[in-house]
Amino acid sequence: MQDNSNLVYIYDGTLEGFLCCVYESYVRKEIPTDIRTEDGQIHIIEQTQWIHTDLDHAEKIYESIDRKIALEAQDFIKNAFLTCVEDREILMYRFIRQGYHYGRSVFDRLTDPTVDRLTKAVRNLQRESHSFMGFVRFALYDGVMVSCIAPKNRVLPLLSTHFANRYPDETFLIYDKTHKMAIVHKPEGTLLTAMTHLTLPPIEDAEEAYRTLWRCFHSTIAIEERRNPKCQMNHMPKRFWEEMTELTAP
Amino acid sequence: MVFWPRKRNIRSAFLRADGRGHISVDLLEKLAILTDAAKYDVACTSSGVDRSGQAGKVGSAVASGICHSFASDGRCISLLKVLMTNQCIYDCKYCVNRVSRDTPRAAFAPRELADLTINFYRRNYIEGLFLSSGVMKNPDYTTERMIQTIEVLRNEYSFNGYLHVKAIPGTDNALIRRMGLLADRMSVNIELPSESGLGVLAPQKKPEAILRPMALIRSGMEENTSDLALYRHAPKFVPAGQSTQLIIGATPDSDHKILSLSQGLYNKYKLKRVFFSAYNPVVEDPLLPSVFSAPPLLREHRLYQADWLMRFYGFSAGEIVDAKSPNMNLAIDPKCNWALRHLEEFPIEVNRASYDRLLRVPGVGVMSARRIVQARRAGSLDFEGLRKLGVVLKRAKFFITCQGKISEGVVIQPDTVLRGLLSKNDLSMLPAVAGEQLSFTDVPDMARIMGGVPVSTFGYLPEERTGQNAGQFEFGIHI
Repeated sequence: MQDNSNLVYIYDGTLEGFLCCVYESYVRKEIPTDIRTEDGQIHIIEQTQWIHTDLDHAEKIYESIDRKIALEAQDFIKNAFLTCVEDREILMYRFIRQGYHYGRSVFDRLTDPTVDRLTKAVRNLQRESHSFMGFVRFALYDGVMVSCIAPKNRVLPLLSTHFANRYPDETFLIYDKTHKMAIVHKPEGTLLTAMTHLTLPPIEDAEEAYRTLWRCFHSTIAIEERRNPKCQMNHMPKRFWEEMTELTAP
Repeated sequence: MVFWPRKRNIRSAFLRADGRGHISVDLLEKLAILTDAAKYDVACTSSGVDRSGQAGKVGSAVASGICHSFASDGRCISLLKVLMTNQCIYDCKYCVNRVSRDTPRAAFAPRELADLTINFYRRNYIEGLFLSSGVMKNPDYTTERMIQTIEVLRNEYSFNGYLHVKAIPGTDNALIRRMGLLADRMSVNIELPSESGLGVLAPQKKPEAILRPMALIRSGMEENTSDLALYRHAPKFVPAGQSTQLIIGATPDSDHKILSLSQGLYNKYKLKRVFFSAYNPVVEDPLLPSVFSAPPLLREHRLYQADWLMRFYGFSAGEIVDAKSPNMNLAIDPKCNWALRHLEEFPIEVNRASYDRLLRVPGVGVMSARRIVQARRAGSLDFEGLRKLGVVLKRAKFFITCQGKISEGVVIQPDTVLRGLLSKNDLSMLPAVAGEQLSFTDVPDMARIMGGVPVSTFGYLPEERTGQNAGQFEFGIHI
């Protein structure tokens, strides 16, 4: 293996594309210093290599993660790909290399810089996704439940499982403003799709009535003598408030 | 004969004295009244049961519970927490809903509340319903109305989300069983930690009436476990277990009494949680702390810390407080306090100590202890590694060695350790009087800090007021 100090792999931004980067690095016997998508900036001294996405190659690597590391490593890599860490690709690449070497016990190497950062990133993703399981607010438009969120990580695939399970017979849409994506669920199935913008009709009267009731509940349940806005913000940082019915003025 | 007081501001928010009259007050006002009346109940968790969604049903439950919002007091909002009604035949001195209090009264109709719940649930405002109630007419009548509500939800609306209901003391056993088959969690509030307190402040309630439904729920759950072993689809009885609540600071009960009672409840009644509620003086009564005294929030906080030590860290109540020093030291968290009194057990070597021993180290929590055990399989740990695992070295450094070495610059002597353990936050939470005693620039009064601060400043009842009864009986539970 040749450790090339300024080799950068460029891929198409999909998980399959990333897995092909891992494949190519082994075929070419070289270690990239970074793995990026096309729109990332390229430094003048860097030597770039475009990696073509081949689904067979991706499948080979994906399957090898289960076989050579551990079954849960597949989920871990899938989740790591959804995190908002900027250099997630190169961390994932290094994690997989270590995984091939150490096997399952790569998960125990919590003090290793790569494993440390990647497990923390995945934990952060899971925490944010768990927050949104509670903080998502649906509004009904003609029977369709619509919600808008602005997460840091790509939480939609995780939320999709939760909400499809919770409201199996409903039709709902969750739009991720940050990553311009949406999940659409109908009783027949769930779909994850790209979506550039979302325009909504005015709120219906019945909907407004429930919002008022909910705001009333939220303000009444607080005990004035125990007022503690700092604690409130620790649990529910302000960035979530914008899309939450009870925390926005009517 | 029940007396319903009139109130000026909220129009027609009253029920007629027969308790049956339907109210013409609009839903918003009703919600405001019945939320306001329920807000002092602390338990609002939606945890303890994992139930997947089903086609044809609405909802699911997640074992960890989900917080849907946080109120401005920082408390989690998970369930729609309301009372069925705030009219009550009892006159418990500490309660905002007691019959002799001049306050607007309202009651939900069962279907009305079920509608509200399902509509909040669809919008993902809530995880489910937490239904409690004042006692309307009698316990059985009240419970029947609560059952009607959750029956509409479960049977008509196919609601599959979380339901937490209160068992009203004095309710017929058959009704409690019916409730238990519909609910995920049930709770019976003990409220006052001692029989003497109950006798003085809630003379109409008897400890037997509280403990009987608790025992019933426990045996219902036990029978259910064996039923489930035989028939996989047997209906589940209170699958998320039962909990209770104790009011802190309304009576002179010591931490020792409260924690021993909690431990007894966990062991004998198999409770999932015991919640503590700092008494918020809302009613002026010669038997209660003055309305001008602040709720003992710091004491409540320390009791929760102690509760965690008992549930997750393998501590027993006797290790935290004992009959000799029956109250916790408010200046310092109970785990640090224990460690300071047992310096002979430290330092421990993180690379070799068992999980149980690691849990005893201040600054090491359940997660970081697990990670230590996991990470040291891959290699020896140093202080930098511990930091990565989430260990709070600021506290832990006094109690551990890494590869046989103590953290650089650390001197292990009781007073330096104590100084290192006290956080600014701890000091700022102390009332002014106690804070002055803790200024270390003067002579640090070790005996005082280690032994506990005087408790009279924290919303206690002066001893002489109920002293004649105190300490005669423990609360029906052998401790």
